[in-house]
Amino acid sequence: MTAIVNIFLKQGVLDPQGKAIHHALDAMNFEGVEDVRMGKQIILKLTSTNKDDARAEVEKMAEEILANTVIEDYTIELV
Amino acid sequence: MKHVAILQFPGTNCDLDTKYAFEKLGCTTTVVWHKEKELPENTDLVVVPGGFSYGDYLRSGAIAQFSPVMKTVIDYANNGGKVLGICNGFQILTEVGLLPGALKRNIGLHFISKFQTLKVVSNNNNFLKKCDNDEVLNIPIAHADGNYYIDEKEFKALEANEQILLRYSNEHGEPVVVNGSVTSIAGICNKNKNVFGLMPHPERALETILGSKDGIKMLEGLIA
Repeated sequence: MTAIVNIFLKQGVLDPQGKAIHHALDAMNFEGVEDVRMGKQIILKLTSTNKDDARAEVEKMAEEILANTVIEDYTIELV
Repeated sequence: MKHVAILQFPGTNCDLDTKYAFEKLGCTTTVVWHKEKELPENTDLVVVPGGFSYGDYLRSGAIAQFSPVMKTVIDYANNGGKVLGICNGFQILTEVGLLPGALKRNIGLHFISKFQTLKVVSNNNNFLKKCDNDEVLNIPIAHADGNYYIDEKEFKALEANEQILLRYSNEHGEPVVVNGSVTSIAGICNKNKNVFGLMPHPERALETILGSKDGIKMLEGLIA
């Protein structure tokens, strides 16, 4: 099983990198971009075959190290 | 004679500057490799120095928080021991939860390396007791992730407990935006005032000929 963890700065926490990308898109005349948020994706290959167990384990990883929950939110996708 | 333990992770690069600084101030020092589980018995102060522990992978300070020595440092701090985190050390201390808040990428995205004036916000602590409130100090900064973030509720607690130590300022002490930090915060301490963290590098400001010696009175407070 593969777990895909997406990590983003929380809404309301200013994202300087997203802002810089937005600025660049504007400068390149790409129109219609309202907001840009930049995050990171961590892909974990798991030995577990049980989805519930895997989710619980990856959630623990996200809380303990993958994300800094003071400033970041995360989502977990299992495929 | 006070003894200072200086931590060293893979990628730390201010360990020897910090050693030089505290020895110049009359202390003895031990550089402690991150795999150690013990601090020297006579340790009076632990310094988590600057650098790029683990190449800043994942987040600055994120991996270092799980080094064996950090568990010992957490116990040391929880028993009232004095801990100072400078730059990457500050990032590590927030990651590990000894200090509140977090440090994000600078608002302008650039790595900033220059002398910066700072205003002393509170000297009611062991770190800045040799400085005057509102005094302006000139100390080098060198960081990409110094943008201090804390939510509003915790910020109010910081302010109420006099945990805000330093703000980036102009030479008149008025706050300036350097990296996007909440209210220009450059350094804080924990509620018990025994754990201190700041982005600027006092250990690089010890000699007038090199630009400033304002770092001396900051570091002296911790070993007085």
